Amino acid sequence: MNRSQTKLTQGIDWPIVGLYLALVIVGLMSIFAAEYRGDDNVWQNIIHLNKNYARQLMWFGISTVLASVIWLTDSKFFTATANLLYAGGILLLLLVLGIGKDVKGSHSWLVLGGFQFQPAELTKLCTNLALAKYLSSQETDFTKLRSRLIAAAIAVVPAGIIILQSETGLALVYFSFFLVMYREGLPGVLLVIAFSAIVLVLSALLVDNKVLFIIFTVITALVIYFSRREIKRNKSRLLLIVAIYGFCALFVMFVVPFTFTKVLKDYQVRRIEVMLGKENDPKATYNTRQSMIAIGSGGFWGKGYLKGTQTRYDFVPEQSTDFIFCTIGEDFGFFGSIIFIGIYVALLFRVIHVAERQRSTFTRVYAYGVASIVFFHVAINISMTIGLAPVIGIPLPLVSYGGSSLFSFTMLIFILLRLDADRQMVLR
Amino acid sequence: MSVFNQPRRRVIQLIILGMVSIIIVRLFFLQVVEKKYAKLADANAVLRKVVYPSRGIIYDRKGRAILSNDVLYDLVVTPRSVKNIDTAYLCTILKIDKEEFKKKIADCIKKNGPVRQSVFSSLLQADIYGQLQESMYLFQPGFELIPRQIRSYPYSAAANILGYIAEISPTMLKDSNYASYNSGDYLGMTGLEKTYESVLMGQRGIQYLVKDNLNRPQGPYENGEFDSAAIAGKNLRLSLDIELQAFGEQMMHGKIGSIVAIDPQDGGILAMVSGPSFDPNLLTGSYRSANFNKLYLDTTLPLFNRAIQAQYPPGSTFKPMIGLVGLDEGVITPSTGYPCYGAYLGCSRPIKCEHHDPGHAANFRLALAHSCNAYFSNVYRLCVDAPKWGGIRVGGMQKWAEYMNNFGFGHKIGIDIPSERPGRIPDKKYYDAKYKGSWNSCTSVFLGIGQGEVETTPLQMANAMCIVSNRGSFFVPHFVKSIDNDDTHLLDKYKQRHVVAHISDEAYDAVIKGMTDVVESGTGRVAQIEGITIGGKTGTAENYAIVDGKRTKMPNHAQFVAFAPAENPKIAVCVIVERSGFGAKYAAPIASLMIEKYLKDTIAAKRQAMLKTVMETVTIPDAMRSRSKLDSLNGTVIKKRL
Repeated sequence: MNRSQTKLTQGIDWPIVGLYLALVIVGLMSIFAAEYRGDDNVWQNIIHLNKNYARQLMWFGISTVLASVIWLTDSKFFTATANLLYAGGILLLLLVLGIGKDVKGSHSWLVLGGFQFQPAELTKLCTNLALAKYLSSQETDFTKLRSRLIAAAIAVVPAGIIILQSETGLALVYFSFFLVMYREGLPGVLLVIAFSAIVLVLSALLVDNKVLFIIFTVITALVIYFSRREIKRNKSRLLLIVAIYGFCALFVMFVVPFTFTKVLKDYQVRRIEVMLGKENDPKATYNTRQSMIAIGSGGFWGKGYLKGTQTRYDFVPEQSTDFIFCTIGEDFGFFGSIIFIGIYVALLFRVIHVAERQRSTFTRVYAYGVASIVFFHVAINISMTIGLAPVIGIPLPLVSYGGSSLFSFTMLIFILLRLDADRQMVLR
Repeated sequence: MSVFNQPRRRVIQLIILGMVSIIIVRLFFLQVVEKKYAKLADANAVLRKVVYPSRGIIYDRKGRAILSNDVLYDLVVTPRSVKNIDTAYLCTILKIDKEEFKKKIADCIKKNGPVRQSVFSSLLQADIYGQLQESMYLFQPGFELIPRQIRSYPYSAAANILGYIAEISPTMLKDSNYASYNSGDYLGMTGLEKTYESVLMGQRGIQYLVKDNLNRPQGPYENGEFDSAAIAGKNLRLSLDIELQAFGEQMMHGKIGSIVAIDPQDGGILAMVSGPSFDPNLLTGSYRSANFNKLYLDTTLPLFNRAIQAQYPPGSTFKPMIGLVGLDEGVITPSTGYPCYGAYLGCSRPIKCEHHDPGHAANFRLALAHSCNAYFSNVYRLCVDAPKWGGIRVGGMQKWAEYMNNFGFGHKIGIDIPSERPGRIPDKKYYDAKYKGSWNSCTSVFLGIGQGEVETTPLQMANAMCIVSNRGSFFVPHFVKSIDNDDTHLLDKYKQRHVVAHISDEAYDAVIKGMTDVVESGTGRVAQIEGITIGGKTGTAENYAIVDGKRTKMPNHAQFVAFAPAENPKIAVCVIVERSGFGAKYAAPIASLMIEKYLKDTIAAKRQAMLKTVMETVTIPDAMRSRSKLDSLNGTVIKKRL
């Protein structure tokens, strides 16, 4: 089949394009609502680019160019250059460590001719490509521990560098790749372990560790008592139980306190404690409280577009970036919020649907990577605005103000569209 | 592999849906179930701003504004916007040094934070404002001049009458009477400012503004739908003649005492001087509290409104009223005489009289003109001992006190400025308590000559002159003639004519004739004005003070009461000059000059010498005067206003 003879948009997945556009437009509207004052001269602001909505509009323009370029690129390019891009991404991250610029406490920005740029946003894409490339290669047998470790390393290395840049929130996103690996055969028990670990950490933070220690001991004793027959048959079972008990006890007594006092930064500890309700420092809770007031005051139907008082008058900090969901919650209420979240769910399910129709492992892994990253961003971001998660500075995909974020998600999605359009081609 | 992993797709989809449902449940509670967030949002975002109306203006009887509003300027600062300014120059203008400048900025930041406006320097003096306004462009946008209304007294007179406004005190804030005031509000504290507060203050407006996270107003809320406009205070029009008032204040300069002048025809007060007076502008603007303390502590007590608060024994000025009671009771007739040879001998202790020849008290008119002590002692005793009341301790004393109360003595008259004192008319109860039932008309015989236990205020004496000159009726003395667009009933009680005790016109005629004789040929000849018949009465109240623990005789208080013209009275006056001796010496000339000024507008050339003497006389005792800073304090206002 000769592509030059077919329609230019041959094979494009229109539902994803539609959802993509819907989110970007909602984003522009929300940024506009967050900044607009009754007497603003909108056109003037757009021409002079002195408002966030004007700049976001410009970045959307650049994004369409970027999307077109990707669409016109041969899909083989991405598989071929995946590892190269990953290496480049890592280098860029290291470069930022050296010559980066501090913005609001995070050392993760590069300044390119007046514009600031956050490479950590872009490396998500590189990592996703590299992971897909590795998992789809002929030599990889994902049932082997070695392969799993290498795959995990591909995801975790950039996260480590990003943590060094004090951009913990973005680093956490890289853990979303474990969802991809789960899809590709990582044992389900790992998910259970991960879940248990979260419960363990939370209980370690919330309950006094001496009490927890006693609880663990009692549970272990009960487990040993009830499985005494099995233990008689198989001595190693006892060893396992005691090992788990020992690990939990150590974790609770030493690892968590150590992490909190030595590894995490003060503000991070405070945010987590605020989220858990352990601390009531009004300064620390200010962001979350204002954000909850804004969203809560929206009611069922919302105050109407541009009618919100909280988001328009700077009560909510970072309202066009990390807290953009407040504008939607306040102006459009519960009803609008559900529709808005529905758009994301539709996008995620569509991407998963696209993933599952691939014959190529590369594209499938890549697609799951896109779904995982978007899901992680959306879940954490919205949870943080409604007080379910600590304040982690990660943007809402395609909606939050910011060029780096918009570019990286545009590229993530349009590379997927390109790969999907070529799914009929030979198995790679 | 892909087939093998199909269920994992479902697991991932379930994880997504699980997370989304947690979020939606949380949103449902936040937005639909919980109502407090909407309230919190309103509290966050709406600023209730009180818009202060301009206070009512007070005009005198000729329409001259005597208490109006002036605009002074506050210099306000937004600390964060202060950039690249010539601090040294600003400090020079404000007359502060750099250290103080830094301290003030730090204070502002402490108080209101760096992005909101705070007052850097309030109520700038005129010279500083002038300089600052010229070079304001140098200090913008960090600094700004904000206009503020203050009260201003263009004539620098009538301080105690007009009163002043001040910030509401914490104790008043707790009082439910002041429930509508907020901390920081100003309200009338004394004088007309206090009495007519409800009229003068106007109606405060409320403006709802949308504010941002730093409490900075961002514009009207809901396009001003809930706002209410401020309504300016109503203006007052007084019966006071500011020129006469200022003239009286000048004459009382260097003297302690007071002048009250009332128009008998409507009870409107023409002038009310308490000497020495102070410039009311001292109690406006930035120096208010400092000046208040100085005035409060001054040895001459300028804040004490002697016209309504000082109580003196009326002395001989009381004799017209004693005579009226006698004539009305029928114990004497106008032709009744009394053989006085220089003293009253009816009681165990003789009461001295200034005159010795028996002819001076041959009839009522002569006795009043010569102020015969014996005559009026006798009249007093005849009244209270009259058989028809069953003697002094049965009904006589009580009846006499009732007459006096009807003349406006012994109780507050009800003038429209606060802090009036009642004076004292002793009655049966008073003497019963004091002398335990063993007393008679000789015990209280001094009342007949206005001495002893009786005390009156200058206002009450002036009012009594209104009653005499009106032949038995009066209006409650008051300042406010009318209120612009009045819808209150505040003035109703001042429009009502009160009739006193239904004493016959013949009795009044006799008293009035006697009083015109006082000026024509009696003790008050110094008060004569060409072409005007004046009825007057001199008085000399004995003055005792406790010095070193002993009751010591001090120089007498001179008094003079008068009304003119006698045929058709237009002005009734009471003048008291403390410690200046005989009534005719200073009190009578001052009263006469007040009458001349009011009725003729100018002082005749041949009386200028007398005016000069009066003006230059200082009767304040040296001990008091040397420690008083009042004169220099009054002088500071002139400097400030330039």
